[in-house]
Parts: sequence; structure tokens; C-alpha cells
Amino acid sequence: MNKTISLACGNGGEENNELISKVFYKAFKNEILEKSEDAAIIHNGKLAFSTDSFTVSPLFFAGADIGKLAVCGTCNDLAMMGAKPKYLTCSVIIEEGFATRELDKIVRSMKKELEINGAIVVSGDTKVVPRGSVDKIFINTSGIGEVIKKGISSNNISKDDIIIVNRDIGCHGAAIFVAREGIEMTSSLKSDCESLYPQVKALLDANIKITALRDATRGGVSAVLNEWASQSNICIEVEEESIPVSDEVKGICEMLGFEATALANEGTFVLAVKKEDADKAVEILKGFPSCLKATTIGKITDTHLKKVILKSSWGTSRFLDTPSGELLPRIC
Amino acid sequence: MGLELKNLYDDFRDGNTIKAYAKIIKEDAKKLKNQINIMEVCGGHTHTIMKYGLPQLLPSNIKFIHGPGCPVCIMPKERIDHAYVLSMVEDVILVTLGDMIKVPGSNGSLQDARSRGSDVRFVYSPLECLKIANENPTKKIIFFAIGFETTTPMTAALLDAVIKKDIKNIFFHINHVTVPEVMRELIDSRDEHVDSYNNKIDAFLGPSHVSVISGSKIYEEFPRDYNRLVVVSGFEPVDVMQAISMIVKQFIEGRCELEIEYKRLVTYDGNLKAQELIERYFDKRDLFKWRGLGNIPKSGLKLKPEFKEYDAEIIYKDILPIGEIEDHKLCICGDILRGMANPPECTIFGTACKPTSPIGSCMVSSEGACAAYYKYGNLR
Amino acid sequence: MCLSIPSKVVKIDKENEVATVDTMGVQREASLSLMSQEDIKIGDYVLLHIGFVMNKIDEAEALDSLEIYKEIIDAMNEEDRQMAILEADECPNRGE
Repeated sequence: MNKTISLACGNGGEENNELISKVFYKAFKNEILEKSEDAAIIHNGKLAFSTDSFTVSPLFFAGADIGKLAVCGTCNDLAMMGAKPKYLTCSVIIEEGFATRELDKIVRSMKKELEINGAIVVSGDTKVVPRGSVDKIFINTSGIGEVIKKGISSNNISKDDIIIVNRDIGCHGAAIFVAREGIEMTSSLKSDCESLYPQVKALLDANIKITALRDATRGGVSAVLNEWASQSNICIEVEEESIPVSDEVKGICEMLGFEATALANEGTFVLAVKKEDADKAVEILKGFPSCLKATTIGKITDTHLKKVILKSSWGTSRFLDTPSGELLPRIC
Repeated sequence: MGLELKNLYDDFRDGNTIKAYAKIIKEDAKKLKNQINIMEVCGGHTHTIMKYGLPQLLPSNIKFIHGPGCPVCIMPKERIDHAYVLSMVEDVILVTLGDMIKVPGSNGSLQDARSRGSDVRFVYSPLECLKIANENPTKKIIFFAIGFETTTPMTAALLDAVIKKDIKNIFFHINHVTVPEVMRELIDSRDEHVDSYNNKIDAFLGPSHVSVISGSKIYEEFPRDYNRLVVVSGFEPVDVMQAISMIVKQFIEGRCELEIEYKRLVTYDGNLKAQELIERYFDKRDLFKWRGLGNIPKSGLKLKPEFKEYDAEIIYKDILPIGEIEDHKLCICGDILRGMANPPECTIFGTACKPTSPIGSCMVSSEGACAAYYKYGNLR
Repeated sequence: MCLSIPSKVVKIDKENEVATVDTMGVQREASLSLMSQEDIKIGDYVLLHIGFVMNKIDEAEALDSLEIYKEIIDAMNEEDRQMAILEADECPNRGE
């Protein structure tokens, strides 16, 4: 480990994993934590429990704001464990001088998203700190969900599973980059930020045999696939051309030298479902307006265990690795 | 048929075209007498070759040698230490491009400097310096300029704007380098490796965007004086496959010429206006040290003496460290940049040296050969 | 080295020597200070590098390349077809 924490340690990729395992897991080690799932399964498998902090800049961006993000983020982590989001906490750290009107806007947007999930905020905390101590506002939400489908886990994926993605990838990360200062780009691209519980519920209602679900937030789809490959000790082979990416996300990737698979998402998730249910799952997802591009992207093999392989249409293959470093535009 | 922007991306990455070239190259390569070693000078090509898995499509008698054309990779520690020291000056904002902030110097990288309190910023465009200078009138903005011929005119254009607008708080630390000098060094080196170079590089895949600025004329000497053919190629996988096919055809037909595959953007003369700007503001240094390659005559640029009031290297002369720094003993970046070794031959590749904890510079930039091997794997 | 990408010119501000370029729906301003002004028109394809237009893309040359690619793909497909016929002819179990 480095002597000081760098920005890269929060990237959702390799440095982040190292920090978590060498500092937090070392101290907090227990069986539940070690499963490394999106949400912890507690209380004899009946409840899912998760927490997440939100520090996004800018606070308002195309398609969402920090409030919507704070509810979606935690609720989605619960939904990914087959749980229905029920109770949330909301804790905010506000920089002095922050406009009340903006705070109000953020909270209204949280309320709207809670309704979509059918969840309520049952406890909260407010701190105000001197100017410069935080960047405008940081929000933490924790959530408890009721597990409606037991046994969903990223540790049990096998050759009987097919990998699916629910929509075109990378919109959130790309939209945030466009909105950042210093990049000076414009586009009509919107963040994919969305509550995923309705989609998960539709899949469960149709009795789709789901092995694992994970929302592809920081670190993007490539981080999810690599985590799965490693946790389930499998090789995931993905047809590169089958991964849906919109033209605008492609444009931003070209401009900045990014890979869409490394960009963050807030309403995009990866599914491992049993082969026989794959087509049906895709059909169900396509019933949602944001998911018209839902598709299968890969399968499980044992060629390179714990690795993800991207296959091209011209017969070559390469590794898709966990993103590392601070996400910087590639210029040279 | 009209041209759409999409054609310029999709058609030059088209799987069928790549397959068709793979087939042509395979057939033609049967007629080759000897193995041919093609050095792609440029890191952009290395990136394309590894990302698209092109070595997997080539017959065994065609090999790539990865060249030194990555401005981040070749930056010696001495220069990074300069940037580090400058960033630590109290009223300085140090500005640079992309990956450069990750490269470790002797005290750490610019990223480390930032986490220790200095104001280091990466920008998408050098022109952002104008904005930063305007917003921070009491600060001194130092642009740590890196890059080959491609990026040099943009630094010149920034200086041009600074002078025209009479901006007093933007300064430059110049680390621009040039391609022909290092190519010459690689085949005409006078040190103990000389035989190996001569035997190794048979042909050059000429850089894409360096050539957009400089024109193909800068490579004329290589077929003429060194018996090394050059095909200037675009960065897309179809471009690279077509260029390789052109190289193989030259060998079969016994030719040794300078050809352009990347005709949609490269001409013989290049961008003359950009060249004039470079001429106006820059002189050649007698020597510039490249990481792993050592001092190469006339391979680096500096500001002309009449612009010394903008030259951070002169203004901060008293605090900038001097003296040479040895590279890490186990790191073979030097050999890799010389085309003498491939990344997996290094004992610390993927173990002590990874993109998250790079020891050698080739592991830092995403265009470095080691980073490309680590990231994409060398699957066959 | 040097990520530079094809883009389309959608707007030109002559006074400030700046063009607005579009890359698949993403727009950005790009300096024209490395170009001779009369060279760049709206609708042109250009190469964008770190905020600058570094050159214009020669459409005729690009189309020529695409034409060559079409020909070699056709040749490959034709060859594959011939090969398939040949293999079928040589197949010892033919007719079984």
C-alpha cells in the first residue's frame, strides 16, 4: 500500500480493491463481509443491508442529480440481492453557504425515487461543516431490503449460466465527464441513473432462474465481470461486438481515450441467468423503456480462470481487465 | 457515395476487412525468404496492435518490435523530478496532459505531489491554461509540455496566444521530442548493441499523427541511407493491417521505399503552418535524455533564447535538481524501448511492476508496451 | 502516441479562430490556429487533437481506401466460395 491515499484508491477498480482488502477487511473480517456482495444478507437470509456515500461533482447533471443517485445507488444494491428496498437512512454533510433551494431540489428528487422503490426514509442525520471541508454536499444512505428471492450470489456462477446486460453501457460516466469543468464538451447524453428494483421484480415474477446480479457502478461492466470471474473461479468470455454502446458514449470514449466498459453506470446491471432462461430474461428486460438494448453478451468457460476475455469478430481475443488508476483522458 | 463520419471509425475497424488482410498477408508471407521484424515506432500503434490482437493474425515470420514512441514512457526521472519540484513551489499551478501525472520520479509522481498538497492539474487541451491563468491571477501557471511532433505545435500555439494576449503568469517547461532522431539512434547506434539493432529492425511502421504534422518527408533518409523501408500508417486496425501488407509486398518485390498508407491525412509536406509555429518558438537541444535510451543528440526541443522569460527551466534554474539518475536495476524498459526485448522477458513484469505500481515507464502510459501487454494479454 | 480523432465541423467562428466539431453527437470547440482559415469549411471532416484541429481529412483518399477494402473483401468471399465448391468436389464421401 502507498503511504497516502490517492484518488485512484476510490476508483472502483484495482487500487480500490487493494485498499478495501488491506485496510477494512483486515480489521472487520467476518463471514458476511467476506462474501463481497452488493448488499450483506443478514437475519437468516431474510434481509439485505447496504450503505453507500455520494460525492458526485457536479451535483446536477443530465439525467439525474446527487439526490436521485443517493436513493438509486443504495436501493439498487439491495435489488441486486433479490431484495425489495424497504427502509433507508439519509445522512448529509453540507458545506456552509450551500443554497437551501438546491438542497430542497435534491431532497425532492430523493422523495420521487423512494416512491418508485416503495421505500421510506426512517432515520437521518445532518452535519454542516466549514467552507472547504467538503465539496458542497455529501450524502450517505443505508438501506434495508426484504429478500424476496434467496440464493442470489456472485460466488456461484457456473457454465450453466449466460451473461446478460440490461441496456447500453457507460452513459453515467460519460455524462459526468461531459459535465466536468475543463473538458468543455456538450452532448445530449443523459446519465442512465434509474432504480432497478422494477426490472428485478419483473424477472423474479416470471420465475427467471437468476444466479447473480450486479449493478455496474464505478469500474463499470469490466469491474463487475472481473469480480465475478474471480469470486466464482470461472472464465467469462464476452463477444466484444455484442456489448451495446450508444454512439454518443462511443464519441466520448474516442475523444478521451476511454473504454466504455470501464465507465461508471447507475442504472445498468449485469445478470448471470441459467441458459434456458436467457432469452426470456432479455425479452422481459426489453419491456422497460430504458432497456431496449438488453442482450446476452457472454458465456462461462474454463479457458483462463478468474479472467475475462473479449473476443473480436475477426477471431482474436484479449483480456478485459479491471480498470486501474484514476480515470484520466488518454492524450498521449 | 458520400463519406459519413461513421465510415471513418467503423470501416477502418471492420472485422471482415481485417480478416481479408490477414489472409492476403498470410499468402504473401509464404514468399518471404526471411523473417521480417517491423518496428512500430509509435505507442499509438502498439496500443492498436495489442488491443485488436493483430499479432494473432500474422504468420510466424512477421514480428512486431515495439518502439519508443510514447512521450510519457520515454520521460526520464530527471524531468519528472523537475515537474515535482516546480509543483511544490508555493504559488505554482503545474498543468500537464493525461497520464503524465502518474509517472514516478525519484520523489514520487505528480499524483503523489498532489496528495501532498501541491496544485497539479491535468487538462484535455493546453488552451485550458489560459482559463486557469485568468482565474488565478496571483498564481504562476507552469505548463509541463510533453509529446512528439504531434503535440508540439499545440504548445507553440499556446505560447503564441500568451504572447499576443500579453499574459504574464503562464510559463513553460518544455519536454518535446522528435521522431527521426530516435529512429536514427535505434539503427545507427554506436554503442555495444549496434549489431543487434542492425539485425533486428527490417522495416518501420511510420507514426500516424506525427506525420500529419511533419509530413512523410522526415522519413526519406531511412530507405535511402539506412536501407530500412517505412510505411506511414493510420492508427486503426485496418490501417495497420494494410500497412503490413504493403511492407510485405515491398520485401517480396525487392523494393525499399517510403510509402504512405494513411493518405487521408498524411502528405509529403505535412501541416506547414504548424511547422512554422514550431520553427518560430523552438530550437533543438544538443542532447536530450530518453528514459532507457540515454542521451540522443538533437532529439529534444527547447524554447528559443528570446522567449526565456517564459521558460520555467531558466526562471527556476536555481531550484531544479541537476545530475543523472539511474533507472531501476531490474527494469528493462530501456531494452524494450530499443526494440531489444518484449515485456514478458522482464523479471519484474506483472509482479513488482504493474499499472497500479509501475516501476518502469513502459508500464505507466496506456500506450506503453508493458501496460498494453499487461492489460490485453498476449493471447494466441 | 497522440490520440487524435476524426470529427465533423459544424460551426466556425472566424473571429476567434475556433470551430465547433462533432464526434458522434458529442460537440466540442477546437482551435483553428494550426490551419489556414480558408481551408476549413462547415461539413469538412477534420482530425482533432487536444483541442486543436490538426488537419483536414481528404475525403477522396478516404473513399479510395474504402473502395480497396470492398474489393479485397469481395475477393476473399469469392475465394472462399470457390474453395467451398472445391472441397465439396473433393469430398470422398460425396453422395452418401
